[in-house]
Amino acid sequence: MMQIQKTRWVEALTGNYATAYAVKAADVDVIAVYPITPQTTIVEKLSEFVANGELNAELIHVESEHSALSAVVGASAAGARVFTATSSQGLELAHEILHIASAMRLPIVMAVPARAISAPISIHNDYGDVMNARDTGWIIYIAASAQEVYDTIIQAYRVAESVNLPAMVAYDGFLLSHTVEPVELNDEEEVRRFLPRPVRPYTLNPKRPVTMGPLASPDWYYEFKYQQAVALKETYKVAKDVDALYGEKFGRSYGVLETYKMEDAEYAIVTYGGAAFGNAKAAADIARERGTAAGVVRMRLYRPFPTMDLLKALEGVKAFAVLDRAIMFGSPAEGPLYKDIATAMFIHGVDKPAVGVIHGIGQRTMYVEDMYKIYTMLRENPRKEVVFMGVRI
Amino acid sequence: MKLYYKTLKDLPREELFAPGHRMCAGCGAAIAMRWITKTIGPNAVIANATGCVEVTTTPYPETAWMHPYIHVAFENSAAVASGVEAAIKALKRKGMWDAGDTKVVVIAGDGGTYDIGLQSLSGMLERRHGVLYILYDNEAYMNTGIQRSGSTPKYAWTTTTPVGTAVKGKIQWKKDIMGIVTAHRVPYAATASVAYILDMVNKIKTALEYTEEGPTFLHIYAPCVPGWRYPENKTVEIARLAVETGYFPLYEWDHGKLKLNPPSSNHLDKSKRKPLKEYLKLQGRFAHLTEQEIAEIEKELDAYWEYLGKLAQL
Repeated sequence: MMQIQKTRWVEALTGNYATAYAVKAADVDVIAVYPITPQTTIVEKLSEFVANGELNAELIHVESEHSALSAVVGASAAGARVFTATSSQGLELAHEILHIASAMRLPIVMAVPARAISAPISIHNDYGDVMNARDTGWIIYIAASAQEVYDTIIQAYRVAESVNLPAMVAYDGFLLSHTVEPVELNDEEEVRRFLPRPVRPYTLNPKRPVTMGPLASPDWYYEFKYQQAVALKETYKVAKDVDALYGEKFGRSYGVLETYKMEDAEYAIVTYGGAAFGNAKAAADIARERGTAAGVVRMRLYRPFPTMDLLKALEGVKAFAVLDRAIMFGSPAEGPLYKDIATAMFIHGVDKPAVGVIHGIGQRTMYVEDMYKIYTMLRENPRKEVVFMGVRI
Repeated sequence: MKLYYKTLKDLPREELFAPGHRMCAGCGAAIAMRWITKTIGPNAVIANATGCVEVTTTPYPETAWMHPYIHVAFENSAAVASGVEAAIKALKRKGMWDAGDTKVVVIAGDGGTYDIGLQSLSGMLERRHGVLYILYDNEAYMNTGIQRSGSTPKYAWTTTTPVGTAVKGKIQWKKDIMGIVTAHRVPYAATASVAYILDMVNKIKTALEYTEEGPTFLHIYAPCVPGWRYPENKTVEIARLAVETGYFPLYEWDHGKLKLNPPSSNHLDKSKRKPLKEYLKLQGRFAHLTEQEIAEIEKELDAYWEYLGKLAQL
C-alpha cells in the first residue's frame, strides 16, 4: 500500500508543497489538520498523501488551531512523530500551547507560512505572527526558498528529536508558500535513515507510567524553566551539526545564517525570509556596480539566536541595517531582529551605526530600489534609528 | 449498561489512585477518581484538564497517578486525548506500540467541560475518537475558589454570584451538558453519582468498552465540601439526596435509547421523589433561598422530568 519514493528527483513545488513532501519523507505518524490561509495547501497536500496511501499517518481534523497543537502535544507525548501547520491568527490562538509544548519538551515540528496579524485582517505576508512566538521556547528556522523549506523540515525533525524541543519552520506566506520553484526531493528511504526513531526518555505508555504536566511549586518551577533555557541554548550546536550532516548526506546545507558578498562588505542589510533576502541581494549587486561594497546577511536559525556567527559576519562593516517585517509596538526599537542584534552588540561591546528598517508589513511590496536606498542611507548618513519604509505617512 | 459488577464483592480490588494527594477531606471528586482508576484498570492513558483534581494530585515531584497521565491545559483535554488516541492507532499500525489494547480516558471538571473546554469536547465527539470523557461535576470553578460556571444551578451562591441585596445567587439555569453530548450521537453517555458506586463502576466499564465504537461520556456528580458549604461527612448523603429528590437523575443514553436507572427509574412519578428541600437545606450555598425560589426550582425540575420522560419513550 505504501509507496516510498526510491530515488532523488526534481519537482516543481510551492513552498507549502515542499513542506508536505518533507513531512511525507519523514514518515510522520499523526498530523493535526486545520485550514488557515496561507497554510492550507500544506494540509490539503498531506490529506492527499494519506488518501492515496502514500503516507501512513493519522489525520486529526481538529476544530481549531488551539486543538491542533493540543492534539499533537498529546500524540507526541504518546511517542508519535507529529506535524501541524498554521499561520497568523491560528498561531495566536495556539499561543498558549506553544509555551506548554516546549516546556513539556516535545519534539513537535510545525510549519508556519508567516502572515500578518489582525486587525485589520490581512491574509498577506509579514512576520508579526512568528515574531510574537519568538520567545515561547521553540526552535525557530526561517527558510528562504522552497528547497530550503523541504530540507529544513527534515533537519527540524532530527534536531527536535535530539534535544527534545519543538521546532517551527517559518517562511514567507504567499511570497514563498505559493510560489512554484524547482525542488530536489531526496530518496525517502535515505530520509528515514537520516531520521531514525529516537529513544524517547518519557512517553505515555502503560508499561512505563509517568505523570506529565504536573504542578510545580516555587521550590521547583524555576529549575524546570532554567533547564528549558539551557536546552534551547545548546540546540545551537546540534542545529549546526545536523545541517552539516545533512549536507554530507544530501548535498545541501545552509548554516545557521547565510551571507552574500560579505567578505569585503562595508555596508550590510541583515534580514530574514525569501523576499527580503532576494531583493536585498539584487540591491547589493546594484550597489556594488555603483561602487559601494554592499553585502547581505540572512538569519536562518532565529531561535536559538546565533549571536557569535552574526557578530562575526558583521565584523568588517562600517554600518548596517536590519530589515524587519514585524512591529513590536512600544518597544525601544520596533524591529524584533534589530532589537536582538542591538542586545547582542551591547553585551559583546560592539558599537557601530545600525539602522532598524521596518518594511513589508502586510506584504507591502519591498522593491529592490528600497533596498538600494538603505545602502545609500548607510553610506551617506550612518546612524542608529528606526525607519518605517514603504509606508504613506 | 452491562452488569460487570453485581455486588460490592465484585468490585475491582487493585488501587490505582495513590493516597497522599491534596484533595479536601470529604471531596466527592476524590471518591470518583478512586473508582475511575480502579475500574479502567492499568492499561489506560489519562488526560486531565486543569482543575481541582489536577492540582491536588500532581504536586511535583509527587503524583497520585499510577497510570500514564498527562495534563496540558484547561480547555483542551479532549484535543489532547484525541492526539493520544490517534498516536496509539498509528503506532499500532506501524508495529511501534508495545502496550496492547490501551484505552484513553479524559478527566475534566465542569469548568473544563461546560465552559472553556466545550469546543474541544465537541470536536472530539464529532470526530469519533475512541475516548472515554469523564466529567466530574461540582457545579462551579472550585479550584480557583468557588466561581460560577455554566454548570452552577440557579440561585446558588458562589463568589461571583454572591447573595447581595439586589441580586441573590446565580441568575441563570444550569446547562444541559448531557443534551449537548448526546446531540453528537455518541454510542454511550450516562450520568452517575459518587453515592451509587455499583451503578457508577458499571457505567465506567460499559463506557470504556464502548470506546471501541467511538467517544463515550460520563457525567459524574461530585459534591464539593467548601464550595457547597456543608460538613465533610455529608458528601455521600448529599450526593444520594441529589438523586433521591430527582435533582440529579441517573440515566444512560445507549445507542440512541435513553434509560433511567434505579432509583431514578421510579422518579417519573413525582410522588416517588423526596422533596427537593431535603437536598437544598443541607447546603450553605442555598441557605438564602426563599420558599418562592424553591418552588421555582421545583417547577423547572418537573419540566425537566417531563422532558426526560419523553426522551425515555423514544
